[in-house]
Amino acid sequence: MKRTPRLNDGTVFVVPAVLLLVLVFVGPLVWFFMRTLISVGTPAEIAAHAWGVISSKAVVTALTTTNWISLLVTLLVLAIGYPVAYFLATRQGWRFTLVLFCIVVPYFTSVIVRTYSWMVLLGRNGLVNQLLLHLGVTDEPLSLLYTKTGVLVGMVYVLLPYMVLTLFAAMKAIDPTLMRAARGLGAGSFYAFTRVYLPLSIHGVISGSLIVYILSIGFFITPALMGGPADVMIAMLIERAVEINFDWASAAVMSLLLLVATLVLYSIYYRLTDVRRMMGA
Amino acid sequence: MHGSVKNHALSIYIGVACVVLMMPIVIVLILAVGDQTYMRFPPEAFSLRWFATFFGDPRWQRALGSSVLIAAIACVIATVFGFFAAYAFVRGDMRGKKLLLAFMLLPIIIPHVITAIAMYFMSGPLRLVGNVFWIGLCHATIALPIVLLILLSTLQGVDVNLERAALSLGSSRFGVFTKVVVPLAFPGILSAGLFSFLASFDELIISLFLAGVRSETLPVRIWNSLHLQVEPVIAAVSAFLIAVTGLVLLLDALVRYMRTARLASPNGGH
Amino acid sequence: MSAIAPGHGRGAIELRQVTKRYGKETVVDGVSTSIAPGEFFSLLGPSGSGKTTTLMMIAGFADVDGGQILVDGVDIAHMPPQRRGFGMVFQNYAIFPHLNVADNVAFPLRARRLPAEQIATRVREALELVRLDRYADRFSRQLSGGQQQRVAIARAIVFHPSIVLMDEPLGALDKNLRFQMQVEIKAIQRRLGMTVVYVTHDQEEAMNMSDRIAIMNNGRIEQVGRPAEIYENPKSNFIARFLGEANLIPGTVESIGESGAVLRTARGLTLRARAEPDLKVGDTAHLFVRPERIDLTSGTAHTANAIGAVGVSGAAGRANVVTGRLAQTSFLGNILRHAVEIEPGIEVTVDVQNSHADLFRSVDQPAALSWQPADSIILQH
Repeated sequence: MKRTPRLNDGTVFVVPAVLLLVLVFVGPLVWFFMRTLISVGTPAEIAAHAWGVISSKAVVTALTTTNWISLLVTLLVLAIGYPVAYFLATRQGWRFTLVLFCIVVPYFTSVIVRTYSWMVLLGRNGLVNQLLLHLGVTDEPLSLLYTKTGVLVGMVYVLLPYMVLTLFAAMKAIDPTLMRAARGLGAGSFYAFTRVYLPLSIHGVISGSLIVYILSIGFFITPALMGGPADVMIAMLIERAVEINFDWASAAVMSLLLLVATLVLYSIYYRLTDVRRMMGA
Repeated sequence: MHGSVKNHALSIYIGVACVVLMMPIVIVLILAVGDQTYMRFPPEAFSLRWFATFFGDPRWQRALGSSVLIAAIACVIATVFGFFAAYAFVRGDMRGKKLLLAFMLLPIIIPHVITAIAMYFMSGPLRLVGNVFWIGLCHATIALPIVLLILLSTLQGVDVNLERAALSLGSSRFGVFTKVVVPLAFPGILSAGLFSFLASFDELIISLFLAGVRSETLPVRIWNSLHLQVEPVIAAVSAFLIAVTGLVLLLDALVRYMRTARLASPNGGH
Repeated sequence: MSAIAPGHGRGAIELRQVTKRYGKETVVDGVSTSIAPGEFFSLLGPSGSGKTTTLMMIAGFADVDGGQILVDGVDIAHMPPQRRGFGMVFQNYAIFPHLNVADNVAFPLRARRLPAEQIATRVREALELVRLDRYADRFSRQLSGGQQQRVAIARAIVFHPSIVLMDEPLGALDKNLRFQMQVEIKAIQRRLGMTVVYVTHDQEEAMNMSDRIAIMNNGRIEQVGRPAEIYENPKSNFIARFLGEANLIPGTVESIGESGAVLRTARGLTLRARAEPDLKVGDTAHLFVRPERIDLTSGTAHTANAIGAVGVSGAAGRANVVTGRLAQTSFLGNILRHAVEIEPGIEVTVDVQNSHADLFRSVDQPAALSWQPADSIILQH
């Protein structure tokens, strides 16, 4: 068939970007996994080593901690963020702009700056403790930093915008006349909310939760700076394996585990969402 | 009206939330202008000495220089490649677009630690550790998804009939790009450039592994400093980073304002 | 005399078995026709008939899956759109929002690297032609729909193309403006002598502007001809109904003779009309007759015979005479549209000019219809 060049031959323009990703992103990953694991020896040796790593106390603890913290963070972010998203979706004008500002500015601020600021706030002489002492809630400064609490606070702060923006996009799609119709039919506001609005926003809840969870399990900066010895997440172990132990093979095994988990969750997330609405782009 | 109590409660909650959200940022800014040698809040006196330290210290300045250079490289690469990729998505006729988009968004989904150590693993033997261009290239891969998301939205707003009209009027394909697509998509391109710059500027983990000593970036320097001791100059540097974020957001808002003002036409977008 | 003269090439188009498929669906199915230079040729049909796709293939914005598109004898199927040199006008105007009117119209001239002076002259002339010369500095958002469309037209003709393609350009305008624009476009086309291929779903528009119309349905051309020709002699029920009000009285073909054929209705009414070439005795068919060709009188067949031996067309001959009951009258302004029930379930529409007040009748009165056999056709499909 003779083909006329049409507007659709725009397809070719995607090639440079794909090439870039393949060479600079996928390439190193594949190379890394292949070289480190193959250097361990035969497939049997690789499997044995992998098993050794995965079943080691440090890794099992880290995996448990990671999952547990990620779960908590997701639930907290959901609980805290849902009303904020609702407010954004249902208000206009200066109120909307103000709240959006408060979400967006932290969102685009460097993670390290955000984490550092919480370190300052939660330190023994930090603002929080000073406030608590001043109000007489406690007699002594609380140890908030280098604890699980610190990690949770830091991670919730960083991940909240993702949840809020995802929920906001989903809520914006809910027809406002539906709630009015429900009220007109005699539903009390609580009933209308739980039976009409909440179910319609479920899609956003699931998407938001997935993305927050996916990002949580890979977190490194915040738990490393704000966590205590008992709060080691898997990403930290991976970093240590490389920086301190030069144990590339173990790093590879742990990375592979984390990577597979991430990809599985991502594929679920991707099937459920129109990804372009993610991150409020 | 029985909604008002709930509305009231919601407003109070939101108010508290906003305070808590902005508090860390504000704290850092206040600390940065504080005149004390240890971490004490609130500061007793105010001065700009920590900014002076920041701008005067050769190591911090070198870090700033590396950050800017790397971010500039990442911004240019990501924006150019991302623009063309977005165009392909919006105008191209390929199968499996959804899958390809999923693939191209991976760099922000996959934990940076894994990406970083894989890149480090390859960079070592290739003697690319500390190479500013290479770091910029690596940053470009994680900035690419951001550019893509922004420009997908932007290019969808460019009416395809405008491109067809230009072709029918005798413009070359290159001319269609330069005379129609880019001018109309320009605010989005600027936006994408700004945010990809910011993404690279703020990036820590990949830089941590790839920067080495000679190309230490600002976030890496902050990280190293935090591990040694928490000095007040870090507050000043952090405030600087916040200012950069603020500037980017401001410029982006300006760009958006210009866009709505300039191109308000009744039949845009198809 | 205007300096804008007809452009390069003669502007003859020939479509030979042009086909387009989207996956399993054949959207344009073996379309063949010839368009003469300087002709105003419309592709008319309902949505989904393939008319826009055909135009897009001529323009070069859609792949040709089969067949040839010849312009002045040259197959242009794999020529990129920017080299075909056709003017094109889109339904949503496609005015470049970031350029003012003058720069929009100058665009094709700059693309052809004409000297600046010549560009300025031609732009001015083109804008004068569409009466927008005082709007040269405006931007599209400052113009109304009709003005934008005129800019689009000026832009499409400023480089003297011999062929201009138009894709439902007036669809977004309101009714009065549309008619005015039809007249303007037709005037410009006649003045400049270019070939126009015009896509529309509005039959009045097509009939008003075209030298010839191609009726498309389901990806095929069903009939091509001059507007009056197709209007009076549709080849199928679909075409009959599409171009205006049509009566299609069902029945079976009873006999076929030299001067025509006879249709017998379910209740035994025999009606004479012209016959389609392929008609056979025993076929189920419809008798087609336009509402304005039917004469309406009150009362019985007797009265009708006495009055109406001559019939509307003025030719002598035995008219078809049918009696019935006036079921409904609609007042449409310039005409009165009567529905007369001649058999249970069969209503005949009769249009009468609103020139006599006494033609208002009450429902359920007996009425007699008559029309000349030459004004009707027995159609098989």
